[in-house]
Amino acid sequence: MIGDFSRIVDLGLKSLLLHKLRSSLTTAGILFGVASVIAMLAVGEGASQEALKRFRDMGVTNILVRSVKPPDTQQSTQAGMMALTTYGLTYQEADRIEHLIKSQVPAAEIVRVREIQRGVMRGENWRSTVIVGTVPAFLSVTNMRIGEGRWLSDIDLQHQSNCCILGNSLAKELFPLENPMNQTVLVGGEDRFHIVGVLDYQGRAAGPQGTTYDECVFVPMSSSRRRFGDDVITRSGNSTKNEHVELHEVKVKLANSDEVVGAARLLRDMIEPLHKTQLDVEITVPLELLEQERASKRMFNIVLAVIASISLLVGGIGIMNVMLATVTERTREIGIRRALGAKKKHIISQFLVEAGVLSAFGGVVGVGLGLLVPYLIEHWFHQQTVVLVPHVLLAFGISAAVGVVFGIYPAWRAANMDPVEALRHE
Amino acid sequence: MNPPAERPVIAEFQDVHRHYQMGDNVVRALDGVSMQVLKGDYVAIMGRSGSGKSTMLNILGCLDRPTTGRYLVGNRDVTHLSDDALSEVRGREIGFIFQSFNLIPQLSVLGNLEVPLFYQGRIGAESKRKAEQLAERVGLGGRLQHRPMELSGGQQQRVAIARALMNDPLFLLADEATGNLDSNTEREILDLLDQLRGEGMTIVVVTHNAKVAERADRALWLKDGRVERLVAARDAVVGP
Repeated sequence: MIGDFSRIVDLGLKSLLLHKLRSSLTTAGILFGVASVIAMLAVGEGASQEALKRFRDMGVTNILVRSVKPPDTQQSTQAGMMALTTYGLTYQEADRIEHLIKSQVPAAEIVRVREIQRGVMRGENWRSTVIVGTVPAFLSVTNMRIGEGRWLSDIDLQHQSNCCILGNSLAKELFPLENPMNQTVLVGGEDRFHIVGVLDYQGRAAGPQGTTYDECVFVPMSSSRRRFGDDVITRSGNSTKNEHVELHEVKVKLANSDEVVGAARLLRDMIEPLHKTQLDVEITVPLELLEQERASKRMFNIVLAVIASISLLVGGIGIMNVMLATVTERTREIGIRRALGAKKKHIISQFLVEAGVLSAFGGVVGVGLGLLVPYLIEHWFHQQTVVLVPHVLLAFGISAAVGVVFGIYPAWRAANMDPVEALRHE
Repeated sequence: MNPPAERPVIAEFQDVHRHYQMGDNVVRALDGVSMQVLKGDYVAIMGRSGSGKSTMLNILGCLDRPTTGRYLVGNRDVTHLSDDALSEVRGREIGFIFQSFNLIPQLSVLGNLEVPLFYQGRIGAESKRKAEQLAERVGLGGRLQHRPMELSGGQQQRVAIARALMNDPLFLLADEATGNLDSNTEREILDLLDQLRGEGMTIVVVTHNAKVAERADRALWLKDGRVERLVAARDAVVGP
């Protein structure tokens, strides 16, 4: 049986090789269909995984209430002028958030965050970074881990101590050759902070003001307020920005994801009326974003399935066209085979195998090309791509099935030829 | 000419009619033909164009069925067999030899020889051995890997004869087997058929060529779908 099949495949290959150009062109339809399906899925999956990771990094049980600079203040500074812009969350609002959430979900954790952009210096090494002023619970709310030393303590907050914890990447940049523990760094050119800990490498996309937590310095909230105040003056060229921002973010961590939607509604009801004129506070619910991303991924998959179906349909029509031409060309051969004892099923299987060989060959080369394209996209465009084995198997399986489905009609036509007429065919 | 009664019947037509509907007209391609082919017979079927030769060949070869009447192959009535069952009879009982050789161009000589056994699921070392023996028998032992295109017409027809013998058929059915050959090659092929006949093979040739027919024991003259004369083959040269 296996010998018979291999003989039919061998015969199919011989017949297809008689018309190399025609067979190659037919195969190309399937080839590009399969390759584009694999490449599109890889790009889509990569983008989706990147987005999902970003939202998971924010914490799916978290709600983030952030201060944002209102749009109409973006152009308010003029050369040499010192206009004070006040926006964002206040300490008082943070108290109200805490009170509201704790009354509904007593187990919730709420942390306040201040983010000040400053330069950090160690010897000759200088880096511009974000000084994150926060509280001890920040670590558990963000699910980050300490690599070395310790995290902030309540005592640090009470004493407004000049201690700090460095993000992993920043520590390596400032202390390329030595251990940063118990050393000091100069923040903002004035204040010396004592390093008490270094974070593990987090590798997260989400971080403050376009950075990641791996590049930040963490100090006690009270110290941040005392050293830098609530007015942040930034000089750039000959323009100066003077902003009054009390808190940059309040992170709310709930015990489980079921509580997220209700708590988010409460927060919106409370915050949005207070800031609706200035639009300077934004509430981000990673869980909602995650759901949206999943929904858009589903939609993307549907669109992709339609595109894939169309491209493989076109490939299939190509195969059917060529197989019909082959059947007509080989009418006499069909007659000879029938005279020599071939049953209809033998003729059907012969032409189906040929169609299958055509599309399977296109499928194999298409898989190769489909694996190469995502690699090139990553290499040239630095866009993450993810090739999943089920996607490859799916694309290949569909291509082989297309060959068989579109080969059925030509094969049926061949098998149902009158042997006498077929033998007369010139 | 009455055939000796002790030889078994290989193929038999019993009042076979084959009619075709052509528009409003009925064409009576065969109009009541009865005849027997016995084991070891060498029979020529002759007639002019349109006499019903081809229709008779098609029914003899189980490629077509009678409209009425019965056709028996080795005592088995095949008149009403299904398409698949007729394929089975063709594959097991009949060895075809065609005018234009009808070898499959993309297969080697060996591949062509194995085709009949392939459809009976008898492919393997045995079929290869048999193909080699028969290729040797028709003088093409060294050409097994050649493609038909690389052979002369006479050689191709020898391959076709070997292929017809692969399934040990009840009879060989030759359709103008020498029609595409020059006279020397024609003689070689007819000599080969004579040899086979000498070994006990039953042969039916359909031809309009008297040189072919005169090698047979007897000839059926067809005219307008009927057997006009049954003659000794040497008389067939003259014609009715």
